[in-house]
Amino acid sequence: MQRALLQSLLEAKAAKTPAAVVTELASGAQTLLTGEDWQGDLELTAAQRQAVLDALAVDRSGLLPGDSLFVQVHLPPLRLIVVGAVHISQALVPMAQLCGYDTVVVDPRRAWATEERFPGVTLLRDWPDDALETLGLDLRTAVVTLTHDPKLDDPALLAALASDVFYIGALGSKRTHAKRWERLSAEGISAEAFARIHGPAGLAIGAKSPAEIAVSVVAQMTEALRNGSPLPAAIKAA
Amino acid sequence: MTAAPPETNIYPSSEDVLAQALAWRDEGRKVALATVVQTWGSSPRPVGSQLAVDQDGKMLGSVSGGCIEGAVVHEALEAMDSGKTTLLEFGVSDENAWEAGLACGGTVKVFVEKLD
Repeated sequence: MQRALLQSLLEAKAAKTPAAVVTELASGAQTLLTGEDWQGDLELTAAQRQAVLDALAVDRSGLLPGDSLFVQVHLPPLRLIVVGAVHISQALVPMAQLCGYDTVVVDPRRAWATEERFPGVTLLRDWPDDALETLGLDLRTAVVTLTHDPKLDDPALLAALASDVFYIGALGSKRTHAKRWERLSAEGISAEAFARIHGPAGLAIGAKSPAEIAVSVVAQMTEALRNGSPLPAAIKAA
Repeated sequence: MTAAPPETNIYPSSEDVLAQALAWRDEGRKVALATVVQTWGSSPRPVGSQLAVDQDGKMLGSVSGGCIEGAVVHEALEAMDSGKTTLLEFGVSDENAWEAGLACGGTVKVFVEKLD
């Protein structure tokens, strides 16, 4: 790989611009796509360029048909937005970071959302609906609400349901979740939409401690991402 | 030769691996990159996983669970000197072809290139 190409790729990654490196395996010739800009010493046909864009769209690195060209996709990291700067969040954030997520913790309660409790983590001390609007929700984002407080969790869930995030989890017992349904259906949320919320959040592995609950939530997020539920087509190929 | 273990970053991101490769290169060191380009069966690292290697065999990143890194580093050192790219294949089906193999039973193809 040429040094200049690597430098451009790293600049794209730093700017969170989608990028792809195309390599001709026989010769080592390469072309870099950053945003809409192609550079490098490998000439691609229009069909090959389209195949690269398709690979980028589904976040799938691999060989193009014919096996002579390899496409390495570089998309910005997945994102996890955690609502509630609680104990579970302290375990959930580092676990999600290990899985490759950029993480943000949202909690307007300043006693909870402190640097001491979340060293090095991005903290937003805004109301969840404002924070989620600022952050912008998309297909590569997961939202987990952990406050136990409807005043904080519900606005976040409404914002998440109005978006196409690939995972929504809400902490709380089945009883809590039933009450949540009563409140959100009164806000006009359909049963089908409500079913997008994983509640109680996390796979049923008998988790007890905050860290174990975090494991169950990360596992369920991974399942949603890789096995394609509840939003199949768009994410499944990732 | 035995590859040196990664130093402090035990779980580097793809960005960390590439940034390290560039940093080594800009220190005037020879550098190669290895990339998983195809897998069959149960392979330990997905397609796109990368390993950066410098002239002393220092490395960051991974292309397997540690089963084939030694052989990949060997090829990376060759690539640094020759400037040629290589496509390596590792698997259990052809045990005599490579000293290194994948205990998990999968097969991987790894592309090795010099950072010019």
